[in-house]
Amino acid sequence: MSIQVIMSQALLGLNVGVFYAMLSLGLAVIFGLLNIINFAHGAMYMLGAFIALIGYSFLEQWFGISLQIGFWASLIVAPLLVGLLGVIIERTMLKRLYDLDHIYGLLLTFGITLILQGLFANYFNVSGTPYPGQPEVLSGVVNLGFMYFPTYRLFAIVFSLVVCFATWFFIEHTKLGSRLRAGVENPDLTQAFGLNVPLMVTLTFAFGAGLAGLAGVLAAPIYSVSPLMGADLIIVVFAVVVIGGMGSIMGAILSGLALGLVEGLTKVFYPPAANTVIFFLMVLVLLFRPAGLFGKEK
Amino acid sequence: MFKHLTNGLAGAVAAASLAMPLAASANLSDDMVKIGVLSDMSGVYKALEGPGAVIAAEMAVEDFGGEVLGKPIEIVSADHQNKPDIGASTAREWIDAENVDMITALDNSSVALSVQGLASDRKVITLNTGAGTTALTEDQCTPYGIHYVYDTHALPVGTATAMVKNGGEKWFFITADYAFGHSLRDNTSAVVESLGGEVVGDVEAPLSTNDFSSYLIQAQSSGADVIGLANAGQDTVNAIKQANQFRIVQGGQKLAGMLVFISDVHSMGQDIAQGLQFTTAFVWNQNDEAEEWSRRFYDRHGAMPTMVHAGVYSAVSNYLKAIDETGTDDSDAVRKALGEMTLNDVFVKGGKIAPNGSMLHDMYLVEVKKPEEATEEWDLLKVVSKIPADQAYISMEDTTCKLVNN
Repeated sequence: MSIQVIMSQALLGLNVGVFYAMLSLGLAVIFGLLNIINFAHGAMYMLGAFIALIGYSFLEQWFGISLQIGFWASLIVAPLLVGLLGVIIERTMLKRLYDLDHIYGLLLTFGITLILQGLFANYFNVSGTPYPGQPEVLSGVVNLGFMYFPTYRLFAIVFSLVVCFATWFFIEHTKLGSRLRAGVENPDLTQAFGLNVPLMVTLTFAFGAGLAGLAGVLAAPIYSVSPLMGADLIIVVFAVVVIGGMGSIMGAILSGLALGLVEGLTKVFYPPAANTVIFFLMVLVLLFRPAGLFGKEK
Repeated sequence: MFKHLTNGLAGAVAAASLAMPLAASANLSDDMVKIGVLSDMSGVYKALEGPGAVIAAEMAVEDFGGEVLGKPIEIVSADHQNKPDIGASTAREWIDAENVDMITALDNSSVALSVQGLASDRKVITLNTGAGTTALTEDQCTPYGIHYVYDTHALPVGTATAMVKNGGEKWFFITADYAFGHSLRDNTSAVVESLGGEVVGDVEAPLSTNDFSSYLIQAQSSGADVIGLANAGQDTVNAIKQANQFRIVQGGQKLAGMLVFISDVHSMGQDIAQGLQFTTAFVWNQNDEAEEWSRRFYDRHGAMPTMVHAGVYSAVSNYLKAIDETGTDDSDAVRKALGEMTLNDVFVKGGKIAPNGSMLHDMYLVEVKKPEEATEEWDLLKVVSKIPADQAYISMEDTTCKLVNN
């Protein structure tokens, strides 16, 4: 096995890994603050991709608006819209469930997922619609010495890494972030200090959802946009969060990247196991470190 | 008295001419002919068959005059979702509860095999236009199953032969991991090896794979001259598009789409697909007659017909013709008549349906035109060579079908 092949597959693995990282990051933030296992996270990702697609290809055809939202604009518009949907879901539904068992939140968000998927499957091709809006500047290839790598994929990797680490920095090293963490640690006491915890909770959920929407926009030019694109991914992302440790920001980012790499390399050494290797690792982690690699036991 | 006699004769003739259609109609089950179009209406194969197949069937019925033996013809359609169990249960309901007389389309080999078996048990003819596997007319052939447009034997004969002869001796396969992909890979390997070529590797990718990049990089590093895509529809499109992203063809390797439809070429775009060679049964502008029909189809479907669409039109037309000739929709009589006919229409010239159900007809090796060669949006293909029916299809001497005595 040549070193070139391994490096190429590792880079492709990293390409998958940044999506795992962005999605598991959102899940971890939401779980940390809201104690909600957000099953609708995959649907938010799918929604982000569809907003980009509809904004680019269908606005005129459907609504008669002669406006086209390009890729760069979608990177802002889609997370905002998905975040707004997050606000609505949190304010009208999730907030009623905070005092109940985790399972209620999980069931509710699972239901929301099914509704969103069904809605889009009704109007769009299940096997995927290509997203034509990839910007011209990113359409070439870069010669990395060991392989030709599409510029867009390289952009997606770098962009996602920046977003992930910016989020980590924001939560761990800014004043607002420290308030957030205080809210997680002890909501009652934080409220007593005069901080608006319910507002923080809403904005956090919106932020997590927006992050998933952003990942969806980034994924649209690489993969076809399909109603089931989130459902295919969400189970793996849950495994990533479990391995990283529920509620750990850095854990979610690092385990997302690492597991993408592991999956990529498995495709070289033993391809049939590529779809299961992450779950195998999850079982091992649960057996020997139940709180996850980066999580703290409570 | 003479006058009486002529009157009597005239009366008899009149009575006979009146009685004829009546007698014939008595031979149509439930006084109508019902044709089922069972296809992938929402998934990977939607564009190559799907709703377009329903339009082609409707056009065949309209061009036939809307009725046969004085009775109405009805088209029903459904989505099999590429799932053999859903396909089989739909077919069972159609046949048992709705008296469907013939089922056509049936892309996806797994669905096709299950439906053909079930329909034949109930003596219902299937005219398969969409699936590829040769099992339909070989190991699992049935007295009522007809395989109409192409099969996994006909496809590699043209494409693989041309590629090996041009120096593409080492092959690496990216195979769709189900009946069709395996069948196509095995038959192509046989052609490659018979010409002195070699298969250096193979990966099996699940149906509807989004990201082929990992498989493509493996193929790239395998040292193969040719990367054979033993898949179809959206999978082929994704693989070719991504091969372009990773500059595989520029690196000196050739891509061989073992099953490519004009809808795939259109969706990839000529820039990416130009120069790609593949085997097809039909090119919409191959002659004036085909072009005239195809433009009518385009007006209703918004896309030019694939070989499968044209095949559905031809299959339904000839099925109705056979009913008209025999005066019954009894499956044994219609199948016998179809076997005796020589098929000539917009889709096929001089086609024959063999005893194993294989419709023997010429195929074409085509090449995707360069963008500057095209005169209009859908002017995408040029014919490189014709593959005669006796080379394209398994001969009755070599068939393993139990219905043919060897």
